[in-house]
Amino acid sequence: MMKKKVKVIKIDVDKCNGCRACEVICSAFHATPRYSSTNPQKSRIRVLFDPLKDVYVPVLAGEYAEAECNGRYTITIDGKEYGECSFCRASCPSRELFKEPDSDLPLKCDMCEEEPPLEEPMCVQWCINDALTYEEREEEGEEEEKPREMEIGLESLVKKYGVKAVKDTLARVAKG
Amino acid sequence: MRYAETGVNLEIDLSRGSIERDVSDPRLTELHLGGLGTNAKVLWDRVPPEVEPFSPDNLLIFGTGLLCGTPAPGANRTFASTFSPQTLLMAFSMMGGFWAPELKHAGYDKIIIRGKSPNLVYLWINNDKVEIRDASHLQGKGALETIELIREELKEPKAQGIAIGLAGENRVYFASVETTRGSASRLGIGAVMGDKNLKAIVVRGTKDVFIARPVEFMELCTEVLKFIENRMNTPLKGIPPILATVGSPQELSIIDEAWHTASFAWGHARHRKTDFWNKEVEQKWAETTERVKKRLISCYNCPVKCAGLISYPKFPNYILKCFTKLTYAMAAMSDLDFSFRINAYAHEYGIDGYSAPQVMAFAIELYEAGILTDQDMPGFPSNSEERFFWLLEKIVRREGIGDVLANGVYWAARQIGRGAEAYDHNTIKKHEQIPIKLGMLNPIYFLMWATGEKINITQIEGQLPQAPLDTKEEREEFVKDWIQLPDKYAEKFKQFVLEWELRGDHAFPNYPSVQTTCELVDWQETMHYIDDATGICAGLSSFPLKPPYHIHNLPLIISSATGMDINEDRLWEIATRNRTLIRAINVRKGLRRQDDRPPDDHWKKRFPDLETKLLDEYYKFRGWNKKGIPTADTLHQLGLDYVKEDFEQRAIYDEEKGKGNKD
Repeated sequence: MMKKKVKVIKIDVDKCNGCRACEVICSAFHATPRYSSTNPQKSRIRVLFDPLKDVYVPVLAGEYAEAECNGRYTITIDGKEYGECSFCRASCPSRELFKEPDSDLPLKCDMCEEEPPLEEPMCVQWCINDALTYEEREEEGEEEEKPREMEIGLESLVKKYGVKAVKDTLARVAKG
Repeated sequence: MRYAETGVNLEIDLSRGSIERDVSDPRLTELHLGGLGTNAKVLWDRVPPEVEPFSPDNLLIFGTGLLCGTPAPGANRTFASTFSPQTLLMAFSMMGGFWAPELKHAGYDKIIIRGKSPNLVYLWINNDKVEIRDASHLQGKGALETIELIREELKEPKAQGIAIGLAGENRVYFASVETTRGSASRLGIGAVMGDKNLKAIVVRGTKDVFIARPVEFMELCTEVLKFIENRMNTPLKGIPPILATVGSPQELSIIDEAWHTASFAWGHARHRKTDFWNKEVEQKWAETTERVKKRLISCYNCPVKCAGLISYPKFPNYILKCFTKLTYAMAAMSDLDFSFRINAYAHEYGIDGYSAPQVMAFAIELYEAGILTDQDMPGFPSNSEERFFWLLEKIVRREGIGDVLANGVYWAARQIGRGAEAYDHNTIKKHEQIPIKLGMLNPIYFLMWATGEKINITQIEGQLPQAPLDTKEEREEFVKDWIQLPDKYAEKFKQFVLEWELRGDHAFPNYPSVQTTCELVDWQETMHYIDDATGICAGLSSFPLKPPYHIHNLPLIISSATGMDINEDRLWEIATRNRTLIRAINVRKGLRRQDDRPPDDHWKKRFPDLETKLLDEYYKFRGWNKKGIPTADTLHQLGLDYVKEDFEQRAIYDEEKGKGNKD
């Protein structure tokens, strides 16, 4: 069996000071050209917070979900009630989170993949209160080939509009 | 393409209900940067001195700092500017939190509000969509409560808000504008907002803020962040703990309050308690804090945790910052536990945590002196804490004696009469001050208290030790890596810290020299005026000892963010221009030399001749005449000829020859 590397961002909600530096630096790092703009709405990490109720939850953008959940649940921890979507990582139709604000395309954390690799993802580097820490570990399993950014984008367009519409648009755009 | 700024101001006329977008002139950014600097320019241009603070023609401006919304750590400040109902001068007060970056992302640098709404409204800004909405259902609601209610009714949990409470609605002269994590408290900005019938401004923004030279800018920001981390982890040696790190004083993480409780005066700025602090108090205050503090909190994009979420059973939750932890406790001659309780209401009512406790302690003094009686204050309790709660309710509602006290100590003393004026001993320019009454005249602070346009010492002072360091080694250690000093003053200021003593030839009041005193003031003020334009928090820059931002990296940060070419000299000049313009606005409102004075009992030992000389030399240093009016020459050099022309038209310079019509 092969070993594969798993990258983990550990979140300690008790240490979160609610500053949203993670959102700032994530959006700047993923801007094109790099650092040329900032926009927390484009960040792949968001701090979901309800400041006066002591709810501070940094959440990393996970998979795109095509549909809303069937029913919801709330979670109460230590007497604090968290929102229905507080711990959910999905970019989904029920909320505006983790979507490119202009195109509505889903956003997903890529652990700041880079050549040469960064020591830690940027959000972890900028969280000097250690609400976010980084860990790498090895797990049994095949190293899978990762889809590239354009593939991710195209896939979601296909999901949203269907293959034909995307093909037609692509052909039209290519001509123009 | 505009970098760092959006280049767009929102113009709201509440009388007409109109909303316009106005593209700002980029040349003004080059001259004033942004924030307070460009706010001041708008006030100069558009509010003539005849306009009363509660006139529809008075403007209320909420401006973001130039760097707000960029990744520069701690660039998150909002600058609220208008004319104060209390001082009748320009009012400016600032707040941290999350609102300024949100406004930038919505696409605006400033909101400029004129007119008066016929009924209570709030403003909802969602990117390009701007609405004036009915707020009648929010009348009388707490400030923080209002923000929460609006978020809920709009279903916009990520929106950021600022709001006034009951004090603002009732035009209390020291009403604040509150945001969930911070407030613009000084000089009655909340009263002007209330007068305009504007309850809140709630903003949601999802647009980009752009950086001109991204790689260079990010390198500088990363350096700043590393510096902050280092300073957070290594408090300075030989300095009281509350002053040894960065940020505003870390009131909610540091229990040791030996310095504040001994150096500041209790009651209505009357009593020193130099032996108050001991192990027993320390343990009690640690327990009190532990019981109510839920979490340490920061502002937008800043790792320093200057505030704390406070949850006191049966009181509304709120976020407490800085010295307000102690202002009520000390004014009421009471305890920390009391402060945590009364602050819960004070934050919802939206009232200044520096002025309000002083006004209340003043009322108690008048009552004890028999100037105010049970007839004036029916049902006035006998216990100090209860008296404070009683007074708070009366003041924010302007009920009975509260209607008089709501105007602040200066005006209340004159309205009450019967000798009450003698108790007005801690105001400067009609505004209540932090209660500090010391022994020996401090020439540096004399100038800052006297001439500071902000009328609030914590936003003027900074970066200098509060007292001579004890040992030679500590002094040498302190100056060794003091990189924050401007080149032109560096050697002189190091020498000052090395030689400064409590007694002898190198002690106050005749040391340092008048010239060096002026330069020390120049440096401290200038760094604040830079922060006030960029939106970088003073807690990371002009206020603490050895801050991460300073005159050597700020020009590079501003230049790489905006694409402008600004070196140290030019940045200094911009700060001087802003400082001078604000002085000019106040001069046009009637401010003169006689207003530039700290209260008589500010120090026990006063030196009238030296004080005259200090003022003369400081005015000369700033290029002002003997009355404290910027000279035509100075205004010309700073590119403020339009101010000079206005002064000439109003015959303001002629006063010197005895022909003027003012004062």
